[in-house]
Amino acid sequence: MIEGIGVNDFLVVSTIMFFVGVYGFVVRKNLITMLMSVELILNAANINFVVFNKYLFPDMMQGYMFSLFVIGIAAAEAAVAIAIILNVYRNLKNINVEHLDTMKH
Amino acid sequence: MEKFIFYFLAAAIIGFSVMTVTTRKILHAAVYLLFVLVATAFLYFLLNYNFLGAVQLTVYSGGIVILIVFAVLLTARVDQLLENVPLLKNIIAACASLLGAVITLYAFFTFQWQGSGIPEGAYDVEEIGLKLVSYGDGGYVLPFEVISILLLAAMIGAIMVAKNFRTDD
Repeated sequence: MIEGIGVNDFLVVSTIMFFVGVYGFVVRKNLITMLMSVELILNAANINFVVFNKYLFPDMMQGYMFSLFVIGIAAAEAAVAIAIILNVYRNLKNINVEHLDTMKH
Repeated sequence: MEKFIFYFLAAAIIGFSVMTVTTRKILHAAVYLLFVLVATAFLYFLLNYNFLGAVQLTVYSGGIVILIVFAVLLTARVDQLLENVPLLKNIIAACASLLGAVITLYAFFTFQWQGSGIPEGAYDVEEIGLKLVSYGDGGYVLPFEVISILLLAAMIGAIMVAKNFRTDD
């Protein structure tokens, strides 16, 4: 625990990070920048888990463990998303979401 | 001292997150995202969660950012600029995000946090590993196994999606 720094200070950081991610997800049309915004959102949620574990329930490990699992899921999600993005680029020569209105079959 | 390090890291996280979503060069956005993730890892180190910080550094800023940079280099020209956001859309999105942030922060600051007050135990790697595979009380073997299946499925799915199947048409 850091002296003089409370739960709310961390929550300010993670909240701003989360909503910056939401803003990026809304305004961008490029699939990769949208993926980056999703990573920002996941990372903000992770900070929340860690801080609640550290400051409120330091005797249990739920926040710690679940942030580990969130990191694993984020890795899986990024891998699948990038595979899909590469496939879309190969078929359409473009990765803007407004062009993604046709399906293969 | 730790307080100032926290403020420095918080400023770095907020500043680089904003730059990630506002810059028009996509490769720069990836690098700013890398800075955000590294600063978050240092935040975990600052909280004494060393294993988590190491995982964050290797998986997030080592793995995912490299993957994103590869995807950028495979799909876009490096000198290509992202489109300018239309002003109306920009204003609406910024207002919505700001409103959400204000409401959330208001809820946080008016809520009285009550912790268990019990001092923390040792969080060394040995205990984390034992917890991950223990099926007794407070063990995490079920999510551990579920996530292993999920990672396997994601890996196979990514290979199947990205593989270049020759089609007839």
